[in-house]
Amino acid sequence: MIKGLQIEARQSYAFVARNFNLVKRYWGWEVVWLAYSIANALSVTFIGAGAGVITGQTDINTNFLITYLLIGTLVWHFLSGIFNVISEMIAWERWEGTIEYTLMAPTRRYTQIFGQAAFAVVYILLFTATIGLVVSSFFDLDFSDADLPGAVIILLAGSLSFVGIGVVASILPLLYPERGAQMTNIVQALFLLVSGVYYPVSVLPEWLQTVSKISPATYVLAGMRAALLPGTSDQSLMSYVWPLLLMGVVMLPLGIYLFQRAERYTKRTGKLKRNG
Amino acid sequence: MSTKIDQVSTSKRTTSTHLRIAPGEPALVVDRVYKRFNVASEPWWRRVLPLGRAQNGTEAPANGNGHAPKARRGKELVTAVNDVSFTVERREIFGVLGPNGSGKSTLIRLLSTLLVPDDGHIRVFGFDVVKDEMQVKRLINRVSVEAAFFKKLSPRENLLYGARLYGVSGKEADRKAREILKRLGLKESSYTAPMEDMSRGMQQKVAIARAFLTQPVLLLLDEPTTGLDPRSKLEVQSFVNELRDVHDATILITTHDMNEADALCDRIAILDDGKIVALDTPENLKKLVGRNGHEPTLEDVFMELTGKELVEKDDVEDYQPEKILAG
Repeated sequence: MIKGLQIEARQSYAFVARNFNLVKRYWGWEVVWLAYSIANALSVTFIGAGAGVITGQTDINTNFLITYLLIGTLVWHFLSGIFNVISEMIAWERWEGTIEYTLMAPTRRYTQIFGQAAFAVVYILLFTATIGLVVSSFFDLDFSDADLPGAVIILLAGSLSFVGIGVVASILPLLYPERGAQMTNIVQALFLLVSGVYYPVSVLPEWLQTVSKISPATYVLAGMRAALLPGTSDQSLMSYVWPLLLMGVVMLPLGIYLFQRAERYTKRTGKLKRNG
Repeated sequence: MSTKIDQVSTSKRTTSTHLRIAPGEPALVVDRVYKRFNVASEPWWRRVLPLGRAQNGTEAPANGNGHAPKARRGKELVTAVNDVSFTVERREIFGVLGPNGSGKSTLIRLLSTLLVPDDGHIRVFGFDVVKDEMQVKRLINRVSVEAAFFKKLSPRENLLYGARLYGVSGKEADRKAREILKRLGLKESSYTAPMEDMSRGMQQKVAIARAFLTQPVLLLLDEPTTGLDPRSKLEVQSFVNELRDVHDATILITTHDMNEADALCDRIAILDDGKIVALDTPENLKKLVGRNGHEPTLEDVFMELTGKELVEKDDVEDYQPEKILAG
């Protein structure tokens, strides 16, 4: 039993170590991506700083607006980062040509996904925290009333459901070697549109508001704003946590099940190898 | 390289992953296996005109592991492996020869659980590759003709990743990897440099080391020495022999190198258009062709049975049509 767990832990760690090694070897791209992400976050938050100038109104609480947009951009960076790392686990291997070797190994899919998810959460959290620290240094923001432990709980609960969605999306590069990776970007774009990243969901057309209810990002963003911007919500934090946990509990096993079905299909049709 | 694998002669064999293997069970049984694929579509006019239609290959019965595919619209069904049966005994080095596109790599993928047979059964030490997939995965490893690695990572990083996937600790894998690579003639300094800076031959040696690291009891080698210089080929061949002689591994190897097949293999199957056209020891295969002024070689057997010439990469590179046309 203990030996079995030790082996599974090593197998999961294989993905964590491999991914950190890839980050180390592609450090140039990481620096570029970090610089781009910081510039992007600053560009969005400066919209809040310039709101008064843009609208000609002097009584706008710009600090509130900056914080609102900063939470949106950081939370979205975190969730989309996790989604990308998980959904691209197959696309990476296709690009590198290692997919057959990895899928031939006696590693269970949940072990693989656990390792990939552990890396994603740690790495993207560090990345997002760096962006947050740099962007915050440009403004005089006050988080003294923020519920930081509550924010962490919301973020972790949101990670669970986004890992599940990422696993479902990773099926696309498995089934469609040529276009699967691009398809995952469409899924991500839909979440960006409906989840209220930079605006309240209430400004969306009614049918999009209905769609937003099935996006876990909607609850993460609303929950994070409730935790970090006191007074923006009259709901308890748990009212955001429960839907996220429920979605995670459904999406994660569903994702693993669908992934296994898709893997079996590719083995029947010869799609693991691009050229049949 | 040390191993915990018991001697084959013992009544029960235990692998490093604690799988019990029944005594007397052959290493590999391939029983009436078929594999067919839908491949690129024909031009529309060929589909419209009955005379222009391509044949869809032989019909495979739809039972056993049974997912006999149907030709999809605009696609053609091609039979890559066609009613193939053979048995490989423990500690045997079994060669599979065949021209390009004869189904060798598809067969290796079927054995390594990367493809599911449309029909028939494959058993590795008694475990079915479909029903007991995880057990089979623990017993095998494969070296493919393309050295598939994360090219930015070093051999060390790639090998540790590969070994951990099989549950081997990083420390143990690191020690063994250094030993094996030294044995295969790879410089110590290359161990931590990115794979992309290495020659094709060096990458292939790392691929071989990766497979050996997990101590497979059945090793599948798909053209492992392609791209290696003569000295490296000999080093790999000697290592393959050592694996069998010292570590009791069973080896299935595909190759285009007839001399290699002759030197290494106890028995050889010749595959053509997905079918086995001959299966015997190298000596007996050579008896199938007549003396043509010289002792028959495996190359003679190959050409006689497959009706194809051996076309090597070097031949293609040396091919200069303008000189031929100029006489």
